[in-house]
Amino acid sequence: MMRLSTYALLAALAAAPAVAPAGAQPASTQPAGPSATQAPQAQPPRPGAPEVQAPVPETGAGRGPAGQGQVPATTEPGRTTPAQQPVAPQVPVSAAPTPAPAAPAPMPFSDRGQQDASELELMATLRGERISGRVSIPDQRAANLIQPAGRSWREYHNVTLAWVGGIAVLGMLAILAVFYLTRGRIRMEHGYAGRTITRFNVFERANHWMVASCFIILGLSGLNLTFGRHLLLPVIGPEAFTAFSQWGKIAHNFLAFPFTLGLVLMLLLWAKDNIPAKLDIVWLKQGGGLIGKGHPPAGRFNAGQKMVFWITILGGGLVAASGYLLVFPFQVTNIEGQQWAHMAHSLISVLMIAAMLAHIYIGSLGMEHAFDAMGSGQVDINWARDHHSLWVEEELAKARETVAKGAKAAGAD
Amino acid sequence: MARMKFLCDSDRCIECNACVTACKNEHEVPWGINRRRVVTINDGKPGERSISMACMHCTDSPCSAVCPVSCFYTTADAIVLHDKDLCIGCGYCFYACPFGAPQYPRVGNFGGRGKMDKCTYCAGGPQADNTLVEYTQYGANRIAEGKLPLCAEMCSTKALLAGDSDMIATIYRERVQKRGYGSGAWGWRTAYRETVGA
Repeated sequence: MMRLSTYALLAALAAAPAVAPAGAQPASTQPAGPSATQAPQAQPPRPGAPEVQAPVPETGAGRGPAGQGQVPATTEPGRTTPAQQPVAPQVPVSAAPTPAPAAPAPMPFSDRGQQDASELELMATLRGERISGRVSIPDQRAANLIQPAGRSWREYHNVTLAWVGGIAVLGMLAILAVFYLTRGRIRMEHGYAGRTITRFNVFERANHWMVASCFIILGLSGLNLTFGRHLLLPVIGPEAFTAFSQWGKIAHNFLAFPFTLGLVLMLLLWAKDNIPAKLDIVWLKQGGGLIGKGHPPAGRFNAGQKMVFWITILGGGLVAASGYLLVFPFQVTNIEGQQWAHMAHSLISVLMIAAMLAHIYIGSLGMEHAFDAMGSGQVDINWARDHHSLWVEEELAKARETVAKGAKAAGAD
Repeated sequence: MARMKFLCDSDRCIECNACVTACKNEHEVPWGINRRRVVTINDGKPGERSISMACMHCTDSPCSAVCPVSCFYTTADAIVLHDKDLCIGCGYCFYACPFGAPQYPRVGNFGGRGKMDKCTYCAGGPQADNTLVEYTQYGANRIAEGKLPLCAEMCSTKALLAGDSDMIATIYRERVQKRGYGSGAWGWRTAYRETVGA
């Protein structure tokens, strides 16, 4: 009966050539998986020979490649399907084994042994892929079985970001300290004239301080997420630190909106005065008067201010865009997108914080009278002539134009 | 002390989702949170496999490494737990976790995601064992009762094993020896830098 059923099986396979290639692999590939049994190895694999088919376990046959699951139905010749009947009677019951190269034996364990979890995990890690499949729950993020990129993100967050952020912020503070100690505060060379000129109107100043105050809170609450657990947590304890971080996170999420609005307004207000010009090269070559002596000519904004402006607009724009991906997680991107958004957000942010430290320094401690430009909005005419000579001339020309149009001083006639 | 782990024998898992249901029921997990789920890879193709996955309670767990408020801790049984009173719901653990284990009660509603929730290995949390407050926050504490996680206990094909690392690895190896095949312990290389072959 054993031999009979084997031949019937072979015949059934021969009668169904369409399905045969699915299993048409040499039997020598059977122990492909590391978990393949010893049973097939004990017998020399002979393609198509009955000895190979004999140890087929039920699971192997039933779980084979497409189409072979139906094979056991033919174990009794009398119950073959009508399509196979023309073939079945041709099988000689007691004849020599039929050479059947087109119908090799099904692999004892088929593909069950070919997958190895640790191999797949290693390959996914090396290729930067995820092992994912199908889930029957609505949350499709759960379909990712393993995402090895999480380890890289951890490395970035804990090591790269900490070092880059730490060096950027502390390094800038160190540079500013050295600069202050060597160069000192930049004084007004010609003293106060007593006459002032409007540098920034109330709307420009309000917008600046909205962005600035948002930036400071955003920056501090952001730095807290990276450095707080090492610096602040041991000092104030876990409960207080969680409360602080929780409020910081809420503030961070909500202040993102006025910050972005302010950036848009800044772009509209100041972009036309911040277009790079040839004069900026001259200004930069002379060190902007910061390093060298004297004041290179400048328009409304000098090259240094233009740099701060574009760092704010471009950097802030990227930080805002990536930040919105983070504040609405998984609405636009998947896990990989979230990780990239975080990396872009945090890296640009720490560099911007470093740049803004320099901006804050020169706008307050570093230069006499500079703060008043954004404080009261009025600057002394001497200060303005020193730092923004071309802008002062333009403003004065504009003022003269308005007077020249047939106007007479009061009581002139 | 034991080194507690999960091991899913994907050659036995039939994707019945009883482990998911048992977990949800045992801990009264709210809608939208899936401490455990069954992922079917190569669905409908040769090599289809279902794997029940939850927090793997990693050695050197990435979630605790990146947590900005250090709310994670590891028990003597090597179970990775967290303190919901300290969690700020920042979502970093989800970015770092290789297994997608951390869950949040709210997603994408203007920054607030609520306290993270994940598989506790049926070991509750930092609150006093088997108190109402612990149950409300973290679910049942079966470990404190001397029981293993319910998902594995419920598993009809005994595909999902929970218990001491050496014991479940031995059980799995014996199975592989006997039946002649096995795809290894899913996630073990990633979680423990360890493989369990045949």
